[in-house]
Order: sequence, then C-alpha cells, then structure tokens
Amino acid sequence: MGPNLFINYGEAVSAILFCIGFTNLLLQNNLIKKIIGLNIMDSAIYLFLAEKGYIAGRVAPIVVDGVTSTEAYINPIPSGLVLTGIVVSVSVTALMLSLTIRLYMRYHTLDLDEISTLLKKEGK
Amino acid sequence: MSKKRSAEEYQKTFAFRFFRWLHGEKDPYVGVVEMRPQEEYHVDEDAILRHEKEHDAILDRVYSEDNIELKAFRRLYHVTSILFCLFLIALLLVTVSYLPATGTIDRPVNNEVAARYIENGLEETGAVNIVAGMILDYRAFDTLGESHVLFVATITVLILLRMNKKGSKGINDRIFEPKNDTILQLVATFLVPIIIIFGIYIILNGHLGPGGGFSGGAVIGAGLVLYLNAFGFEKTERFFTEKTYKWVCFFSLSFYCLAKSYSFYTGANQLHSVIPKGTPGAILSSGLILPLNIAVGLVVACTIYAFYAMFRKGGF
Amino acid sequence: MNFICNFPFFSILLSLFSGTICSVLPGKAAKIVNRVVIAVIGVMSAVLLLYLLSTGESFIYWMGHFPAPWGNEIRAGVLEAGMALFFCIIMYLSMAGGAHKLFGEVVATKHNLYYILVNLLLSSLLALVYTNDMFTAYVFVEINTISACGLIMIRQVGRTIVAAVRYMIMSLLGSGLLLFGLCIMYDLTGHLLMSNIKESVNLLVANGEYQIPLIVSIALMCIGLCIKSALFPFHAWLPDAYGYSTVSSAAILSSLVSKGYIFLLIKIIYRVIGFDIFDNTRIIDVLFVFGLMGMIFGSLSAIKENDIRRMIAFSSVAQIGYIYMGIGMGTQLGMVASVFHILSHAATKSLLFIAAIGLTDVSGGSRKFIELTGSGYRNKWAGVAFTVGSLSMVGVPLFSGFISKLLFSQAAVQIADDKMLAALIVLGISTVLNAIYFMKTVIRIYTPVEETSYPSVTIWDRIPYAVVLVFFIVLNVLLGVSSQPIVDMIGQGLSMFS
Repeated sequence: MGPNLFINYGEAVSAILFCIGFTNLLLQNNLIKKIIGLNIMDSAIYLFLAEKGYIAGRVAPIVVDGVTSTEAYINPIPSGLVLTGIVVSVSVTALMLSLTIRLYMRYHTLDLDEISTLLKKEGK
Repeated sequence: MSKKRSAEEYQKTFAFRFFRWLHGEKDPYVGVVEMRPQEEYHVDEDAILRHEKEHDAILDRVYSEDNIELKAFRRLYHVTSILFCLFLIALLLVTVSYLPATGTIDRPVNNEVAARYIENGLEETGAVNIVAGMILDYRAFDTLGESHVLFVATITVLILLRMNKKGSKGINDRIFEPKNDTILQLVATFLVPIIIIFGIYIILNGHLGPGGGFSGGAVIGAGLVLYLNAFGFEKTERFFTEKTYKWVCFFSLSFYCLAKSYSFYTGANQLHSVIPKGTPGAILSSGLILPLNIAVGLVVACTIYAFYAMFRKGGF
Repeated sequence: MNFICNFPFFSILLSLFSGTICSVLPGKAAKIVNRVVIAVIGVMSAVLLLYLLSTGESFIYWMGHFPAPWGNEIRAGVLEAGMALFFCIIMYLSMAGGAHKLFGEVVATKHNLYYILVNLLLSSLLALVYTNDMFTAYVFVEINTISACGLIMIRQVGRTIVAAVRYMIMSLLGSGLLLFGLCIMYDLTGHLLMSNIKESVNLLVANGEYQIPLIVSIALMCIGLCIKSALFPFHAWLPDAYGYSTVSSAAILSSLVSKGYIFLLIKIIYRVIGFDIFDNTRIIDVLFVFGLMGMIFGSLSAIKENDIRRMIAFSSVAQIGYIYMGIGMGTQLGMVASVFHILSHAATKSLLFIAAIGLTDVSGGSRKFIELTGSGYRNKWAGVAFTVGSLSMVGVPLFSGFISKLLFSQAAVQIADDKMLAALIVLGISTVLNAIYFMKTVIRIYTPVEETSYPSVTIWDRIPYAVVLVFFIVLNVLLGVSSQPIVDMIGQGLSMFS
C-alpha cells in the first residue's frame, strides 16, 4: 500500500464506485440495472477528475474582480473534461435506453439471458 | 484481317467455351470430371418435427425453474461476480494509494498548462468563466466532437424508435390525451416560462459565470418536457415537430462546424482572426464563445425534448 | 505552411459536416453526398501521402490559436496518411458493394440516417488516426462506438438489436477503462497531449516515480482498447453483430472499426508510452498470449460454424489475434507485420463479406452451407472473389495474406526467447485451421448440383457489384505482389512516430 490512501479518500471512493459500476455493467442480467451500472461507472470517473482538480483553499475558476493569479483558482482542466464527459455519458445512456425499449417491446422482458433463449427458440 | 470461321469451328474455341461459362449456360465439370452422383434430398417431415420437439424439450428442461445445475451456476455466478468486483476494488485502491496527494499544490497536474489557462485565459479568450474559455477556445476540437456525440446518439435513437407513418401502433400513448389535469396545467403555466427563461439566462451567461450551452439547454429541454406533459402532444406540435428539430439541429451544428473551422484554419495557418474579443465581462464579449453556447444550447434543448418524445411515443 | 498540411483537418471537418448535411437530405441525395465525401477525402489523403513521402517528415497541425500543451493538435505522418487513404478506399468499396442490399434491409425513410452514421464513422476514424491528443481520442472513440452500434442495428431484426446491446455493453466497459486509465495518466503527467505525456512518462520512469499507477494506467488503457477491438476473450458480441447486420455494415465494422482502435493502441504505444517502456512491462506478454489464443479459438469456432457470414465473422477474431500477436512480439518487425496485417485483413475481410452476399443471394437468401452448394456457378464473380479472398486468408502466394504471414514468421524468427517457438507453432496451426474452414467453403460453393431451384446470375445483371469485386481483387493482389514499397512505407511511418 502506498502512503496516500487516506489523503486521497475522494479517489478511493471513486475507485470503489467505478468497480461497482463496472461489475454491474458487466455481470448484471437486467438491462436497466446494467444502465444504472454504466451511470455509476461514469459518475465515478467524474468524481475522480473533480478530485484531481481540487486544491485546498482555492475557488472555482471564474475570474472575480479581475484577479488572474494562479494562486486564487483551482485547476480548470479536469472541470472541462468532466463537462465533455457528461455529454458523452448522456448520449450513451439515451442510446442504451432506447435499445432496451426496443427489446422490451419485442420480447417483453428485460433479462438479457432470457432474450437470448427466446432468440434461440425463434431460430432466426 | 482475321480469318473467317464457321460456326462449328468457333464452338470448339476456348473463347466460346469461356463465354458460355461466363454467361452461366454450361457447367464445365459436367461430363468432364468424374463424379459420384449426388443422392436426391428427401424432405422428411416427421424427422424435422421430431427434431424441433426434441430441441424445444431440451430448451424447456435447461431453462426450467427446477434445474439444479442452472441454480448452482447462478449462485456461482453471483459469488464470482462479487469476488471479481472485490479484486478490482483492491487493485484500484492500491493504485490510488500511490497517486499524488489530492488538494496539495505541488502535483504534476498543476503545471504550466493550468497556469496559462488561469493567467492568460481572460485576455486570450475574453471569457470570465475560465472553464468555458478552455473548452470552447483552447480545446475546442474536443467540444466539437462532443456535440457530435450527442448528434449521433439522437440519430441512433431515431433509427430505433421512430415509427413509420403507416400502421403506427405499438407504444403510441396518445390515446390517453387530452389529459386535462388542472393542477398540473396551472402549475405548468407558471413554471414553464420561468424554467425556460432561466435556461436562456444560463446559456447567455455561459462565458460570464457558471453555466453554458449544455446545462442551459438541458434546463430548457426540461421545461419543454414539462409543457408536453401538462398540455399534450397536440399543443406542442403547433410549434415543435420533427421538422423543427431537424432544421434547428442542422443550422446550429452547421454554424458550429463552420465557425470552428474558420477559427481552426486561421489558428493553424497563423492568420489574423477577424472575430472581436470584446471587453471581458460584457454580455457581448469573448468572441465565438457566446454564439457557440447558443448553438449548443439549441441543439441540447431540442435533443432532450426529442429523446423524451421518442421514448414516449416514437416520434414527435 | 504548405496548403497541403491543411488536408487532415479538412478531411475530419468535411466528414463531420457532411454528417450534419445528410440529416436534412433525402436518402438518395445523402447517398451521393456520402460517396462524394469519401472520394474527396480519399483523394486528399493520397495527395497528403505523396507530399509526406516527398518531404520525409511528419508535421503538427494546431487545432486553434494555441500551441502544444494548451491547444488541441493533430499530427500527420506517412502512416497516418496511408491509413486514412486505405480506410477511404475500403469504405467506398464496401458502401458501393452493399448498396443493393441496403434497400431491402433498411426502411426507405431511414436511408439518410444510415449515411449520417457512415459519415460520422469516417470522421471519427480519421480523427483517431490523426489525433495527437488523448482526450480528443476518447471523444472520437465514443462517436465511433455509437455510430458502429447504429450500423449494426439499422437492419432491425431481433438478432441485430441483441447484438447491438451486447456490442454497446462491451464497448462501454472498454471506454470506461480507457477513460479511467487516461485520468490516472493525466494525474501522473499533467498533460493530455501525446508528445507531452511521453516526455513526462520518460521522466517518471527515469526517476522511478509512481511506477505502480503508471503500469496500472497503461494496463487499463490497453485492456480498454482490446475489449473494443474484440480481442479473443472479449469477442462474444462479434459473430452476431457481423453476421446479421446489413452487408455494408458488416464489411465496414470488421475491416475498419476494430482497426481504428488497434491503430489508436499502436499510436499510444509509440507516442504516449514509448516503445521501450511498453516493451518492459508485462502487458505486452498478455497481449501476446491473448493474440495466440484468439488465433486458435477463433479458427476453431469458425470451423464449427454452419453459417457462412458467422464463419467469416469468427475468422475476424482469429485475424485480430494475429495483429495482437504481432504487437505482443515487442519488436519493430512484429509491429510492421501487424500494421501490414491491418491493411491486408481489412482488404480481404470486406471482400469476403461482399462476395458472400452475392453467394447467399443466389441461394434463396439462406446462409447455411447446405443451400450454398454450387452457388459459385450461379454467381461466378462472387464465387471467384470469394475464392480469392479465401486464398488470401489462408496465405497463398500472390495474395496479401501470404505477405502478412511471411512478415509474421520473419518477425517471429528474430525474437530470441521462447516467444519464438510459441509464435511459430501457433502460426502453423492457425494456418492449417484457416485452410480447413476456408477451403471447405470454397469446395462447397464449387460442388455441382444436378438440379437447383435457384436462378443463376451473370455479371451483366449487376455491373456495379462486379466492378467492386474486381477492385477488391485488384487491391488484394496489389498488396500481395508489390508489398515491398508498402512495407517500407510502414517502417518509415513507424519510425516517424517516435
């Protein structure tokens, strides 16, 4: 174990959340739960990035009263990356949800294994 | 001069045979290669039926509730999933414990890149909101890609859920309309204008404070969804149809693409850009950031509404 | 700056913009726009390639008004321009070859949406090829994923939608890992641009700092990209996705989409981590082993398959195994062989998909081998083309597959340790397995049948299709016969990377 586990508690939480989301996305059978896992995973990454930008005692990078010294503000780059990442995650979630709707309309179940069984029975 | 051949002579040439073969008239192997005659194929209806029945029976047996093996497998699956998750967590926690300490100043991330964004951002982009300046000017290519991610996601949702004009049965829940829910309608009458004005404020203020195209667009989209829920599709279709969506998206994204192409082109070729930066802090300032925010806001508002409409009834 | 240096930027923006334009056009106009855009980008890439070959050095192009660590950048070298050109050729041929099936399999009102997806897919591939910025790469990887998913499920039958769901799940896992690895890398180096990250990584390695997070970050990025490019244990989504989607999609997916990710991985290895540092990690051995396993198990699954399209799809798993084996050898020669195999596999696999559709069309639309018997006589060009593709896949001289197998074995001989033996043995086994299932198919399609209810098709019935097949065959033979300049070019491009 390295020295910084408890100082980096934010990253530690985000790592745990990432793994929970990852496992859910990979191993859950229910499609909606998979999508929830996906969102947990993405949010964990954004938490990680937000922690990376943080510097103790500084404020958000919006210039107040013309002060443009590096001493005053936190690192703006991770915030920008999070903004971009959120849009990507919204798009992907919408796509997954619409795929789920289509499958539910056709097979009346959300269980991916069950759908595979039905497909095999259909034989197409 | 080529010599003339009789038809009979011609039929013996290679060219004639080749073209016949090419046109699919003759099989070159028939009568040339020795081969075993293929057995005629009989359709055995009973056998097919029997096979199908057996197949179904196997499937039923395998996927029935009281298949012990399947149950054991499921339990094993759960246990291994949890173990897998714990292993991943352990791995990443070890990694995290070696990362630079959060909150401190002397970390690799606090380098000259962030310093220039903060120190010169106001001057170079004209945006008071440094993050907006960063994503729409310094690193604008990422943001251009990002808005196209949203666009392509809408396209895929359209492919999946848009129904054809004819025979649009299925998930259409328009039969429940008009709803005439008085409380909802009264509240919506008050709230929707406020929500939309707030969204517009966020978009227009994107370069001056917290906010920007995406967040403002999402707020406006939420307002539209509330309006739709209160008053139904008949009212919204008076001002928002698929055509509106198509053209708004087209113009916003084209503007975005062209404006950014201009900026990239001038930047890369070291040409002078004619876009004025304005006074930082004024509403009309910071060059392209405000128009780009408006374009993104329009796209996002329409997209959020489109997602909702599509999820509900497969079309606008 | 020379005007030609603008071409990478023009190609990316043109294809993005044409996607937007297609959203307001009817299907037929969108088709024309799509073809014209691909052709124009192909021409631009060719000009750029010639220019780069004449100058002999790569260049950096600012995307905006700010230089290296502050703004976005794209970078063009010989390998990038060559890849872009090649992607355009394959995409054009695949679109033209599968155009007639599109009308039967996709609803007419959704045709323009299909072309939007293809345009955006092209732009994301170009961006992956040219980018010099890790976060840009991530964003365009997402565009690539979503549009590839759209290509899979545009033909809406149950199988394709389930395949699309599986594809999305695996891809999202891959993107998640890639993004997380990227964030750790950003935390360690403080940069997002490839060249700057490489400097910092070299410094970190020299000072011995942050070794564990560095390795984990590299591993996460590699595994993410492996999952996305369907390396062996992560290939479960592939057969259905390639087997049941409309044929242009299958050709594009198998030959371009997964190759885009592999190219990004190669770029990361060279331009972000540094080849020597990557060589010293254990990750390279993992890639090697997975590659070998993919070569064997992909071929075994293909032998068992009873459906021609799925068989070709499983063969893709084996071929991607070859590419990863080359990367995993950890030598320059292995890398050259891998890049050549990317080209050769792309040219051959799309040919096989397009030819297979001609064979199934004259067998009543059935893809089972029993129905395909004798179809080589009913559609001669498709039969010839399929045979050429099969021979190339097996590795018969004159065709492109032979050269890549030759390069792989040359590379294998030159590595000293026990990797050599493993690589050579598996190459041999895999070639035999390839021969088994491809020759089985070729013999099957040329087995005469006495009577058949299916009509024959001559070349003149569908001239564009035949022309596409001719071009594919020519491309294959070209790669096989005059391979030396191309191999030299790949070597030159790879040396430009570092």
